[in-house]
Amino acid sequence: MKPGDNMDHAGLSSKFNRDEARVDWHDKTLWFIREKRDKAAWQIPEWEQLREQASQIKENVLSNLHAYLLQFEQHATEHGIKVHWASTPQEHNAIVFDIIHKKGVEKIVKSKSMLTEECHLNEYLAAQGIEVIDTDLGERIVQLAHEPPSHIVLPCIHKKKEEIGELFHQHLGTPKGNADPQFLTAAARQHLRQRFLTSSVAITGVNFAIAETGEVVVCTNEGNADLGTQLADVHIACMGIEKIIPQRKHLGVFLRLLARSATGQPITTYSSHFKKPRAGQEMHVVLVDNGRSERLKSDDFRNALKCIRCGACMNTCPVYRRSGGHSYHYAIAGPIGSILAPGLDMKKYADLPFASTLCGSCSNVCPVKIDIHDQLYKWRQVLVKNGYVNSGKAFGMKGMAAVLSNSRTFKWSGIVGRMVMKYIPFVLNNKFNPWYKQRDMPKPPAQSFNQWYQQNRGKNGK
Amino acid sequence: MASREKILENILRNQPPQKTLPDLSKAAIGAGDYFNDFKSILEKIGGAVIEITTLESINEYVQKHYSSTNRIVTTIAELPWFNSDLSDNAHSFEDVDLAVLRGHFGVAENGAVWVTNELMGDRAIPFIAQHLALVIHKRDIVPSLHEVYEKIDPSYDYGTFIAGPSKTADIEQSLVLGAHGPKSMVVFVLAT
Repeated sequence: MKPGDNMDHAGLSSKFNRDEARVDWHDKTLWFIREKRDKAAWQIPEWEQLREQASQIKENVLSNLHAYLLQFEQHATEHGIKVHWASTPQEHNAIVFDIIHKKGVEKIVKSKSMLTEECHLNEYLAAQGIEVIDTDLGERIVQLAHEPPSHIVLPCIHKKKEEIGELFHQHLGTPKGNADPQFLTAAARQHLRQRFLTSSVAITGVNFAIAETGEVVVCTNEGNADLGTQLADVHIACMGIEKIIPQRKHLGVFLRLLARSATGQPITTYSSHFKKPRAGQEMHVVLVDNGRSERLKSDDFRNALKCIRCGACMNTCPVYRRSGGHSYHYAIAGPIGSILAPGLDMKKYADLPFASTLCGSCSNVCPVKIDIHDQLYKWRQVLVKNGYVNSGKAFGMKGMAAVLSNSRTFKWSGIVGRMVMKYIPFVLNNKFNPWYKQRDMPKPPAQSFNQWYQQNRGKNGK
Repeated sequence: MASREKILENILRNQPPQKTLPDLSKAAIGAGDYFNDFKSILEKIGGAVIEITTLESINEYVQKHYSSTNRIVTTIAELPWFNSDLSDNAHSFEDVDLAVLRGHFGVAENGAVWVTNELMGDRAIPFIAQHLALVIHKRDIVPSLHEVYEKIDPSYDYGTFIAGPSKTADIEQSLVLGAHGPKSMVVFVLAT
């Protein structure tokens, strides 16, 4: 999608920005989580060393992915896990459907998996007559609202409790007007427990897959991945190929970073290591490529594959906090989504690398040290070169380049700009100026820095 | 099988030159009293820690804090609710109010306890019970995840770190204990 289209990031953000009170609330809520992350990180004196180690382990993984995947497959197979490979989302969905179909069931439970969001598994299965019940509370809420998650860790962070109360009233029969989180969570517990008990197939995502042992690790706070899989006859774990780590001991690094970066918790309530299915249970792992093996060759964009999906870059991002997750129109929102999405479809996601101030906060909090803001900048260049940016933006950039590259034009533009802002502000303060949206234009300074410097140099003996 | 070969070939062609793994060995942390760290962190995340000297104390605690008419299961032979045969269908544990299980290690930095399948009776039990109690020895509390991964016996089929009761903050970031799993978690720490 070209920047400037109605449904691009800016267009969708302006919809979100209509409700100013909600934007403020959204902004504050996410900043609160960012602050919790800081407090948790500061408790660990070796935090920066951990980030460096995590980054190095992930770089080793990317340089050795072929061997690690084979090692993982071999060990998992030895333990009775069936390993599947899918090049595309369609292939992934077909594999999952085939397993469910063979069991002859029509209802399944699923715990959180961003990969299945990326593959649009729920929609695909629904079209085949399979009902998927998302069991993570936040995911269940957005599912009932027929919306995608707006955040990878906090799927319904954009929703107010009153809206959730109304959804539960309609779908679960809770009393109208009750919006108490404790009460609503208890209602969801009752509702979902029945689903857990009657589902013979459970799908989970994967946080880490260990090459050395062939086991997969799934982290949740709710216990929904474990409850689902331990009550089901079939466990299907879906993962991107980059989720591999070399050895179990490396979890010591990643599990120390993951929850602290995500929510400020010292660890998620459950960090479950699935090595062998229980007696009589079937276990499948679906390894999905979907462009990852191609991205591996790019020196500029490869490192996005180091991501452990903690969401810290979203919580800290001044744009994400004020535009909401849905404005990114991709399964993974925020800064990391903005560098992942154009790798899959440059045309559709051309607007996303521009949805950033390039302030660098995302890179500073990233637990695996992905150079997110540098990649955002590099994507912009790739997108412009390939003609995926609309003429308005390209024209503006060219004009800007002309002004900035010539000192006389620069000086003259500054004088004109200050006069316009002072004497005829309506020229700028109108709906045709995108910078005037949701903002007041600043007061123009009386003089430029250059004029001030000329007047003041030599004073005080300097 | 075609996709497998295609993906692997593409990876082999595209993966960058070998980068080495970092050295994770660090100065050995001397034996210390990590009990207090473990206790304070677990309490902060909604769990409870009770120091005991004998397993009988668990019985007293349970009688005081849980209803005697509700179903209690345990895999610890010394406890009165012990039943050596928990090989039932996982669904039959739906009505369990309290599960009392042993854990292998406690982790001081995050309040987590490492539990593996052979300690669970059935793998569903630690998650389906309304309340969970775990028993560990004080000497088995280690400072961080690094140490615990050094000590873990790798022969488990399924193992999990459990840190506090099941919880969610999905509704407006309000913390609620008891999302799908246990609503409370108590860790009994044997003095030895």
